Amino acid sequence: MSEPISALNGAVYNQGIAEVTALDPIGMISIRGDLAAGYLKKPLKKITGVAMPDMRGINLDGGTGVAWMSPDELLLICPYADVATNLETLHKAIGTNHALAVNVSDARAVFRVTGKHTREVLAKLAPVDTSPEAFTPGTIRRTRLAQVPAAFWMVDTDTAELVCFRSVAQYVFDLLKTAAQPGSQVNYHRG
Amino acid sequence: MLILTCPNCGITAEETEFHAGGEAHLTRHGPGASDDDFEKYLFMRENPKGVHFERWRHVYGCGKWFHAARDTMTLEIFGTYTAQTSTIPQDIIDKISDRRPDWQPPETA
Ligand SMILES: [Zn+2]
Repeated sequence: MSEPISALNGAVYNQGIAEVTALDPIGMISIRGDLAAGYLKKPLKKITGVAMPDMRGINLDGGTGVAWMSPDELLLICPYADVATNLETLHKAIGTNHALAVNVSDARAVFRVTGKHTREVLAKLAPVDTSPEAFTPGTIRRTRLAQVPAAFWMVDTDTAELVCFRSVAQYVFDLLKTAAQPGSQVNYHRG
Repeated sequence: MLILTCPNCGITAEETEFHAGGEAHLTRHGPGASDDDFEKYLFMRENPKGVHFERWRHVYGCGKWFHAARDTMTLEIFGTYTAQTSTIPQDIIDKISDRRPDWQPPETA
């Protein structure tokens, strides 16, 4: 079988005020349906072990978890190699019910931004209050980065992970590099 | 710059995260309607200076539609509410009346 390769094949930018890394592909399964239904909650608990996230929440344990995307949409995050098995578990549980689970892993690119200026690198690109008080680990924000859709969450207080469409991976990497260029710190969140 | 709160996901953001969807609470005249009604539905729109009701979509966020009541002159947002209604909720009417005592609610379907 061919090896999964990310859009930017592990590109790294570390000359700026935050380090930007294009991560290896991760598994992502988009789920739509009645989020309170047992045929979604039960297989998700079995696969991830984490609790169902509240509105705008993301519950991750290691590389596996669930993110709340909209009132009828979740994103299951898991290792890339586990997607087929997890999809089968979901499809079995859903049966003939009106719900959808589909593999979107190859439609996406994933980045990590880390460093003490991570929050302001994101704030330069998205209409989001990224202050440590407002944007805490455990919440996911679907928004735009300049001109394209993206979603990001804080892994810890100085590290964010970010997903966007694979077709705009280079654009997003370039945006993040520009927002993180040397000498561009604003120090807004740090007085 | 408008600051909108999406009632579907609770996010408050500025207008570039959203997309405007035109006037709210139109009566959708369909097959069998008179030419006048159909023309009104397709083409005739309010363009008030003041209180206005609009459809918006949280296009870069949760993707859902909702309604917003705002003032086209001051850009004040009186409130946002579910898209699953063809009438203006009473709490929105009350909020507008508080701010604009002379305002009269429009007749909606
Ligand atoms: Zn929303």
